[in-house]
Amino acid sequence: MTPPDISTSADLSAPVVELNDVHMAFGPVQALSGASLTIRAGECIGLVGHNGAGKSTFVNVVNGRLTPTGGAVSYTGEQAPQDQVRNSARAHSAGIRSVFQELSLCPNLTVLENLRIPYSTMPRHRWRSLARTTVIEALDAVFPDHGISAHALVGDLSIAERQMVEIAIAFSKRDHDARLVILDEPTSSLDVSIARQLLAHIRRFCAAGGAVIFISHMLGEVFEVASRIVVMKDGRIAEARETADFTHDDLVEAMGHVVPEGDAAQAAEARAELGPEVARLPSGLSARQGEIVGLAGLAGHGQAEALAQFFLSRSSKWRADDRPEVVFVAGDRARDGVLPLWSILRNLSLATLKEFSRRGIVNRTAEAALAQDWQQRIGIRADKLTDPILSLSGGNQQKVLFARALASAAPIVVMDDPMRGVDVGTKKEVYRMIRSEAATGRTFLWYSTETDEILECDRVFVFRNGDISAELTGADITAENMLRASFEMQEAAE
Amino acid sequence: MNRELMRILLPVLSLAILLGAVFYLQPRAMSYFGLNLLFNLAIPVALATMAQMMILMVNDIDLSIGTFVSFCACVTATFVQETPLLGYAILLAAIAGYAAIGALIYVRGLPAIVVTLGMSFVWGGLAVMILPSPGGAPPPWLRTLMTLKPPLVPLAIIAPIVIALLAHLFVKRSSMGVLLQGVGGNERALERAGWSIVRLRATAYAVAGFFGVLSGMALVGLTTSADANIALRYTLLSIAGVILGGGEFTGGRISPIGAVIGALTLTLAASFLSFLRLSPDWQIGAQGAILILVLAARLLVSRREAAA
Repeated sequence: MTPPDISTSADLSAPVVELNDVHMAFGPVQALSGASLTIRAGECIGLVGHNGAGKSTFVNVVNGRLTPTGGAVSYTGEQAPQDQVRNSARAHSAGIRSVFQELSLCPNLTVLENLRIPYSTMPRHRWRSLARTTVIEALDAVFPDHGISAHALVGDLSIAERQMVEIAIAFSKRDHDARLVILDEPTSSLDVSIARQLLAHIRRFCAAGGAVIFISHMLGEVFEVASRIVVMKDGRIAEARETADFTHDDLVEAMGHVVPEGDAAQAAEARAELGPEVARLPSGLSARQGEIVGLAGLAGHGQAEALAQFFLSRSSKWRADDRPEVVFVAGDRARDGVLPLWSILRNLSLATLKEFSRRGIVNRTAEAALAQDWQQRIGIRADKLTDPILSLSGGNQQKVLFARALASAAPIVVMDDPMRGVDVGTKKEVYRMIRSEAATGRTFLWYSTETDEILECDRVFVFRNGDISAELTGADITAENMLRASFEMQEAAE
Repeated sequence: MNRELMRILLPVLSLAILLGAVFYLQPRAMSYFGLNLLFNLAIPVALATMAQMMILMVNDIDLSIGTFVSFCACVTATFVQETPLLGYAILLAAIAGYAAIGALIYVRGLPAIVVTLGMSFVWGGLAVMILPSPGGAPPPWLRTLMTLKPPLVPLAIIAPIVIALLAHLFVKRSSMGVLLQGVGGNERALERAGWSIVRLRATAYAVAGFFGVLSGMALVGLTTSADANIALRYTLLSIAGVILGGGEFTGGRISPIGAVIGALTLTLAASFLSFLRLSPDWQIGAQGAILILVLAARLLVSRREAAA
């Protein structure tokens, strides 16, 4: 119970982890080359780069899950023995914690029981009350007014609440104090106000002598919270400078993407005339042919449910149609998107099997041609389409799911926050693809937690507590209006 | 916690309804002796159900429980009774064997359903070798234990309660049990946190083996003799018991108390059908019908829960 208090024992700017010319190769693929970086106490490092830039590899080397094929990683926490112990054990005792993009809680356990899993030396006696107070303390510290019970089953929580629990557990008190917390896209399913609480906590944690690696595609957040920004590109550290030395454009440029210009104009000109109404929901949500309809608002306010309800009402029939009316792009890939045992090819062609099968037999050549075509069009980075889907990075898996939906002839596409953890470049490509598909008369229903995605839409419904609180069209679709509609009713209700 | 309660409510309710029906048909069952008769064969079934639950908890399924219990019963009725030291050593080795199977399934990435199906023939064969024709006798202490007549409440009621509570303490309350459930819930998370999945899985299988051994011993204590085919039905009964009790095939969602109630319900269903004077030919089908009824009710409840 008496671990050294980091605020006194670790003076600011003492190194926590040092990477010296680290190389990491998976077979012929060089995922990380020549990475050197010192992470000091009190620092918040914003790590940016698009998918496949080597961020995950970098982070996994830091947290010891991967043993580098070249170079050295040294942990300088006083508790870390520098002998022949496994890297992960060394990282663990040096107080390095990670929160990964794919949620890593056990849904069948309660919130407090989930603390047991990373806390390997938890005392056996009265461990429940210890776990309860620890978890609640951590949740209170990071997310005041979280409203999560320590006895709730994780499976019963919303995805945002799960992410909150996971983050809180990473910051919680344990045998070895947290000295470096790695957050991989921590805000991807949190709404704005919760994300703010997290950023505030990161600042407090760093001020007290902790270090954070903050990976996010939301550059605004990175600028806000990071003291230093590390840009990765093609397995190398391309830039590492103080945040103040970067501008927004610098950063995007360093990542290897050109700042898009005249976005709004481009979007406006693409706005073709819309066809007749093709969907109307009891809640008031409606869509016309060729329209991109956005579902906005704070996360978890009924958008996903509205989409699921609509999708099921149009697709659940005893007999599958040859031509489905609606296709679905999942946001929670692992839960309702990817078939993990199947290849990329079969995952991609799933929704369209009917279209090139005759008398129930699949035409393999047509299937392969379709997959090839979509690999080109959407830029899926894979050696062979027959590789298992899980060999792809998260963003590329998501591209496969997009291709699955877009390849079908269904006139309506339903998207449930499909861009979680997808890099900026891919996003732009997908936006363009959605635009051009909409121009050919397809209708999109798009739930997103990211404002810039909602700005791509023709019409936006803002959700609040399961109801639509505002309908925005044309020039009214602005971040301010959306925020206002998301929060307005909250104040009125109180 | 409320949802947990909801999940346990259905098995409790189905047991109560069935018990009510039995008492209505046969009021004399409503006595110390009657209850003992109704439920004493539920003790080994409940223990076998606990064994199956351990395996389902880590997302596997055990098709060898029935023959394993038969094997343990044969060992108990022969070796344990004649040469106790050797007998207990064999039972311990059987538990170690279970742990080894669990480790093998994980290390080689084999489907548990296939491995345990194969093992069911191994255990069955061993049982026939030990006891080619029905016979044997229970060790005296075991017979005494199983025929115990505690005041007020019959053993057949006390034993399942004790089993349920102990299993609940181990699985739901202890920190080891939480880790084992975690294996079923999200194996990768445990792996990342540095736990040895092999060791955890082997532990789950060893505990299953332990319950299997207890089930075999209890069975011999009740029936006073053993037979190589004595517990073949337990494989399916145990799976049905776990599911009836609110457990699920995947995701590490299980409830020990529910599973024991499930085992009691299934045992009672057989008696209920006898009281209805249903021909034995129809009984298995009727038991299945009861099972489907309860599971359908559960589906309705969970749908409503999801909608709410």
